[in-house]
Amino acid sequence: MAALYEATTLCVLNVGPGGSDSGISGIEPSADDDQVVVTDSARSVTVYKVSDKKALGSWTVKQGQTVTCPAIYNPQTSEYVVVTDSKVSADVWRVLSVPDSEPLVLFQRGAVRRLDTLLADPQQPVENVLPEEAVIRWSAVLNVEQQPCLMFLSEQKGETLLLMQRRHPDSAARYRLEGGEAPLSCSALPCDGGVRLFCLYSSGSVYESVVPIRGAGGVVEEVQPLPRTLLLNLPVGEGKLESASAVSLDDAHVALVGVPHPSAGPGKDFLCIWNTNFQTLQAAKEMAGRIYGQLWCSCGKLYVPHGKSLSVIPFKCQKSSLAAAMGKLRQAGSNGTIASAEEVQKKVSAFLSNLKNLHVIQVAAGGLASVLVSRCQEQPGFYPHSALVQLVHSQCLSYSVCPHLLTLALEKKDYALCQFCLQVFPDIPEAVACSCLKAFLSESDGTLDTVSLERDSVAFVEGLIANSTQEGGETQSSMPLDMKCPVGLHKAVLLNEILQVAYSDCFLLLHLKTLSAPQVILFLQYLQFLYGKYSQDLHTQVSALRSPAMTQILDWICLLVDAHFTVLVMAPEARELLSHLHKVVRLQVKVFSELGKIEGCLQALQKAKQSGDVCQYSIEVIELF
Amino acid sequence: MGEFTVHRVRFFHYMPSGICAMAFNRRTERLAVARTDGSVELYSRTDHFFQEKVVPGRQQRSIQALCWVGKRLFGAGLSGEIAEFDLDNLRLKFSQDAYGGPIWSIVCNPQGTHLAAGCEDGTVKLFEILEDQIRFERNMGGQKGRIISLAWHSSGTKIAAGMIDMIKVFDLDSGELRSRGSRMQQSQECVVWSVLFLSDIIVSGDSAGKVKMWDVNTGTLIKNHQVTEWDVLTLSVSQDETSLFAGTSEGTVVQFQLLDVVLGQEEKEWVRTRTFKNHTHDVIALAEADTVIISGGMDTQLVVRPLLDKLDFKSRDSSLLKILFPQRSLVSCAKKAGLLLFQYPTHLELWRLGDTEGHGPPGCILPVSRNPEKLLHLKIKGEDHVCCSAVAPCGEWIAYSTTSGIRLYRLQRDNKNVSITKVPKLPKVLRHAHQLCFSPDSSHLYGTTSSAVHVVALTSAGCKFEHSLKPNSCVEPFGNESQEISDGKFLASANSNSEIHIYNMHKLKAHCTVPVYRSGVSAMGIHPETNNLVIVHADHQIFEFSIEQMQYTDWSRRVQKEGLHHVWLERDTPVINVTFNPQNPNHVILHDSYMFCIIDQSLPLPDRKSQFHNQLTLKSLPEAERLKHSHAFKECKLYQPLLCVDMLENQSLVVVERPLLDITTNLPAPVRQKKFAT
Repeated sequence: MAALYEATTLCVLNVGPGGSDSGISGIEPSADDDQVVVTDSARSVTVYKVSDKKALGSWTVKQGQTVTCPAIYNPQTSEYVVVTDSKVSADVWRVLSVPDSEPLVLFQRGAVRRLDTLLADPQQPVENVLPEEAVIRWSAVLNVEQQPCLMFLSEQKGETLLLMQRRHPDSAARYRLEGGEAPLSCSALPCDGGVRLFCLYSSGSVYESVVPIRGAGGVVEEVQPLPRTLLLNLPVGEGKLESASAVSLDDAHVALVGVPHPSAGPGKDFLCIWNTNFQTLQAAKEMAGRIYGQLWCSCGKLYVPHGKSLSVIPFKCQKSSLAAAMGKLRQAGSNGTIASAEEVQKKVSAFLSNLKNLHVIQVAAGGLASVLVSRCQEQPGFYPHSALVQLVHSQCLSYSVCPHLLTLALEKKDYALCQFCLQVFPDIPEAVACSCLKAFLSESDGTLDTVSLERDSVAFVEGLIANSTQEGGETQSSMPLDMKCPVGLHKAVLLNEILQVAYSDCFLLLHLKTLSAPQVILFLQYLQFLYGKYSQDLHTQVSALRSPAMTQILDWICLLVDAHFTVLVMAPEARELLSHLHKVVRLQVKVFSELGKIEGCLQALQKAKQSGDVCQYSIEVIELF
Repeated sequence: MGEFTVHRVRFFHYMPSGICAMAFNRRTERLAVARTDGSVELYSRTDHFFQEKVVPGRQQRSIQALCWVGKRLFGAGLSGEIAEFDLDNLRLKFSQDAYGGPIWSIVCNPQGTHLAAGCEDGTVKLFEILEDQIRFERNMGGQKGRIISLAWHSSGTKIAAGMIDMIKVFDLDSGELRSRGSRMQQSQECVVWSVLFLSDIIVSGDSAGKVKMWDVNTGTLIKNHQVTEWDVLTLSVSQDETSLFAGTSEGTVVQFQLLDVVLGQEEKEWVRTRTFKNHTHDVIALAEADTVIISGGMDTQLVVRPLLDKLDFKSRDSSLLKILFPQRSLVSCAKKAGLLLFQYPTHLELWRLGDTEGHGPPGCILPVSRNPEKLLHLKIKGEDHVCCSAVAPCGEWIAYSTTSGIRLYRLQRDNKNVSITKVPKLPKVLRHAHQLCFSPDSSHLYGTTSSAVHVVALTSAGCKFEHSLKPNSCVEPFGNESQEISDGKFLASANSNSEIHIYNMHKLKAHCTVPVYRSGVSAMGIHPETNNLVIVHADHQIFEFSIEQMQYTDWSRRVQKEGLHHVWLERDTPVINVTFNPQNPNHVILHDSYMFCIIDQSLPLPDRKSQFHNQLTLKSLPEAERLKHSHAFKECKLYQPLLCVDMLENQSLVVVERPLLDITTNLPAPVRQKKFAT
C-alpha cells in the first residue's frame, strides 16, 4: 500500500497573470535531502530547507533578464547553475544534473555538452541534431547500469520521438512513440536492462514503454518503433485532460495530479497514487484551489503547486503482497531451482493463512493460480493437485480470475478438482460446462469410481440408488419411475454438479448440440431416473447440503430434448425414453391445469372479501340478540 | 330481537376543520374553540365537554385568537377585524376593523375593560370595551415587525408582545417601551409564537423549539428549555401559576411545574415534568381548565387530558377524551323516500339509497341491485356556511339555513330527471333558523329561532306562513337547540338551558314544559304512536316523558329508580339521534359516534352486575336461554365512527360511517411521524 502524509506549505506562489501559470518553472534537489531549489518562472531562484519551511537563500537576476531554465545544484562544485535569456552559444533547453558527475547542458536543437566543457569555451559551435520545427517536451538523466543516460522527447510533424544518449559507451538511439500524440507528462525509471518510460496522455491513459539499453555502443540513425502497454485507464469524465502530471514513484506506483478522483464529484482536484499492477487507487489527497498540472518528486516527497501555495507531501510506497508472491515464484523459476509440487503446496498454505484482507486475497490468489496453471502447462511433469484444491477451496477464485484452471483439470483428468471448481465457481461459461459434461459422460464408470469425490454429494447419490434397489425389488411394475440408475455412482455425482451450474439456456443450447447421440440418451436416462426419484419424494429422505432441484432437472431435460429432438426421434433406442417423458409431461400438464383452477377459485374468494372491505356502499344483514 | 337490513353508507365525505384558537372562560366554565373554516364551537366544561353551541363558519373568515370578556366572546383574525360573537343567535354581533393589518393575537386586561390587539404593522392597539361595541383608544409601539403574541400582566399595567426575534414590554401607565431579548437566535429568524406574563416572569415559546423564562425587570434570560426540534406554538398557564403547558408542532404537549428545588425550602424552579402525545399534527391551541389540559390543532381533534391521572377509580372525568366528530347530526334522512341529505359547509348533497332484491343470513353482504345515486349537489349562495338543513320525509322538499337566510327548495323527481325549484316568498320572520324540520306528512316546515318556533305550511303552489309559537314562560336568552315532532300533533323544542317546551300543533299553542335536568339535551324524539318524548342528556341519562299525560312514564321512573348501567354512563360521546322502529313500538334506537343501540323497553334493564355488552354471549347461547340473559340495551359496534343512524319505513337501518383513515389521509403531512425504533 502507498500512503500520503500530511501536507505542508513550503511557500506562497507568485501566480502569473490570469492564474493559469503557477509561477514555478522547476524544483530540483539541492545540497542535501532536506533542501530544494525552487526556480521562479520570472527572475528568482530560492533554496528552501524543507523541514523548516524556510528559505536559506535567494537570488534574483537583473531587471530585464529572465531565468529560462530551472536552476540546478552542481554537487561537484557546490554551485547553483541557471541560464538566463536562453543563451550561451545557442538556445539552451535545460541544464540537467547528473548524479556523481558534471551536469549536462541540453540545447534546444538537441545537442548535448558537459557543463565544464561548455564553460571552458562558451563560444564553441553547437551542432543541430533536431530540425528547426522540433520542440523538446521533456528531458531526463538516469543512471542506468552505473552510467548516466540522457533521454528527451521531441515533438515534430505529429510524431513524438524519444532520443537517448549515453557517454560510455558512446551511443545514441531514436525511438518513435506509438500513437504519435505527445504525452501530457512523462516520467522514467531505470529497470533491468533498460529504462521504463511512463507517459500520461490527455485521454487519461498511462502507458509504459520499456526502452532497451544495448550494451554495444554506436549511433543508430534509423528511427525504431517503441511499443507501449496500457497500465492505467483513468476515468476522465467529459472531455480530455488539460493540465495533468504523472510521476512514477516505483515500479508499481504512479503519482498523478490533475486527473479526476474516480469517486469524488467534479470541481475537486486530487493528488492520487495508483498501483499500476492492480489498477487500484492507493491513496488520494484533495488539493484545495486550482491545480496547475505540475508535480515534482524529490527525496520521498511530492511537490504540488495548487491555489496560492506550493505544498510538500511526503509519501511512502510499500511493495504489495501480490507482487511479493509473484516475485518469489518467478525468482524460483528463473534461478533454476524449481520448487516441487510439495514445496508449492507448503507455500500456498502459508500464503493463504497469512492473508486476511478479502480483496487482496482474491486478486493475489487469482494471480497465484494463474502462475501455477501456466507452469503446469509448460512443464508436463508438474501438477500440484493439493495446492490447486486448496486455492479453489479458499473460495477466492472464480472462473474468470483463472480461466485455464478448469480446462487443465479436465486435461489432467483431475475429476475431484473439477467437482470443486463446479461447486465453487459462480461464472463457468456454458461451453466449459458442456465440455465437462462430455468428459464425464464419455469417461468409463470404472475410471471414475477410483476418483475420490466430495463425500456429501456421494452420500446423496448413494441414498438415491439404495432406495431405488429396495423399491425395485419389491415392485417390478411397468411404472418407469422405478428404474435402475443408468450410470455409476461417481458419474452420477459429477453429473449432479453439472446440473447445478448456473447457465443461460440460449447459450447452453448451442453447446449441447455438440453432444453425441449415445451421450444424450445416457444423460436423458439419468435425468429420467432422477426425476423418478424426485417425484417419489425419496430425495427428501436423503439429506444433502447440495442436491439438484426438481426445476433444474426438468430444465435440463427440456434443453436436451430441444437440442437433439430429431436425433432422438430417429434413434430406436430412444423410443421408450421419449414415450415415458411424454407420459410425465402429460401428468404435469394435468396437475398444472388443476392448480390453475384452484388458483382461480382462491382469487375469486379473495376478490369477494376485498370488495366488502373497501366499497363506499353495501347492504348488509345483521342480527341483534 | 331480530334481523335488520343495514344500508352501510360511506360516501359522506365529512371533513372536520383544524382547530386554530381556543379560549376557556373560568367563570362560566365554557370552552370556545375556533376552527379554520371560521366556525366557533362552545363546549361546557361542567357537562362533560358537551358541544352546546356552534356559530357557523364563513368563507374567508380566519380566526387567530379568541378572548372571553365576562360572558362576551371576542375573536380576531387575519382579516384585520375584531368581532364579537352573538352567542344567543349564533352569529356575529359586530365586527370592527382595527386598521393595523392582519391581527395575530388579542387579549383582554384582567379587569375586563380593555382589549389589546397585536397587528401586522407592529402596533398593539388598545380598545375600550363598551356595551355592544368596542372603541379604539390608542396605539402602542409602531416599529416594523408584526406582533405575533400578546400577554397582559395581572396588574393590568404591562403588556408583553412577542415578535420576530424579540419580546417587547409596554408599560401602559407611562407609555414606555422596554424591549427584551433582542436577537433570540443567532443563526436564523426566531418567531415568538406565544408569550405568557406571570407575576414575576415572562415565558415565551418560539419557533426554535424553546420555552424561555425571562426576568421582567432586567430582561435577562433565566431559564431555557429546549422542548422540541420544531416550533413551540402555544403556551398556557394554570391559574395559580404553578403549572405551565407548551404545545409543539410535533403534536406533543409538555408540562412544566414550579417545584421546590429542595423539599421544604422557599426556592422554586420551573421543571419539565410530563409530555403528552395525543396529536399527530401541530398543537396550535391550549387551554388549562383546573384539572384538565385541553389541546387542539391541525389534526382537528379536541383532546381533553385529565391531569389527575393517579385516581384509583375510573370515571368519565379521569379518562382521556377525544372529540373528533360533531355532536349534532349533519345527515338528514327522508324515511319514506329513502333519501339522505348530507350537509357540507358550503354545499348539500342529496343521495338516493341503493336497493337489493337479495336475502341472506345474518353477516352476509347482499348483492346491490341498484346502486346509490347522487341526485343533487346544491351549492350554498353567499359566503356563510350552512348551519342546519333538512329534507322532508316524502323527499320533495329541502330546506337549509345560514346565518343570513333560509332557502326552501321543491324537488320534483320523475323516472330519471330531478328538477329543483326555489320556493319564493318565505316569511320575513324566518330569516335565520337554528334548527329546521318537516312534519311527518311533509305538510309543514318548522324553523326555530332564538325566541320562537315558526310554522310554514307547504303546498304544491308554494308556502304560507301560519304561526309563530312562543313558549308560555319565556326565559331569555332562549337558544333553541333541538326539536322533534310526533305524528304532527306535538312538537318539542329544547334550548341550551336544557328547557324543553312542547307545543300542540293542532291547536297551535304551547302544551307544556318538561322538568329541567342539570345536563344538556343531546338528543330527543317523540314516539309516533304513544306520543312519548324520549330525551337523552349529555351525561347519558335517559328520560321518557308522556306528553299526553304530562308526566314521566313508568319506564322512565324505573330507569331512574334502578339506575343506568355504569358502562352506559361512562360512554364519552353523547347520543346524537333518537329514532323509533315503526314496526315495534317498544324499540328506541339511539346512536353516538361509536355505536348504535336499540333499547327494547319490554325487556328488563341491566342491573349493576350484569354484563352490558352481551351480544356475543347471547349469540353463543341456545335460543331458549337467550331471553333469560338478555336486557334492554342491544348495543352494536359493528359500524364506527357513525355520523347518522336512522330507520327507514321498511324497517331497514341506514348507517352513515366516516372511517377515521379517510379523515387522516386527507390531513396535511405532519412534521414528524413516529417511526419504529426512533
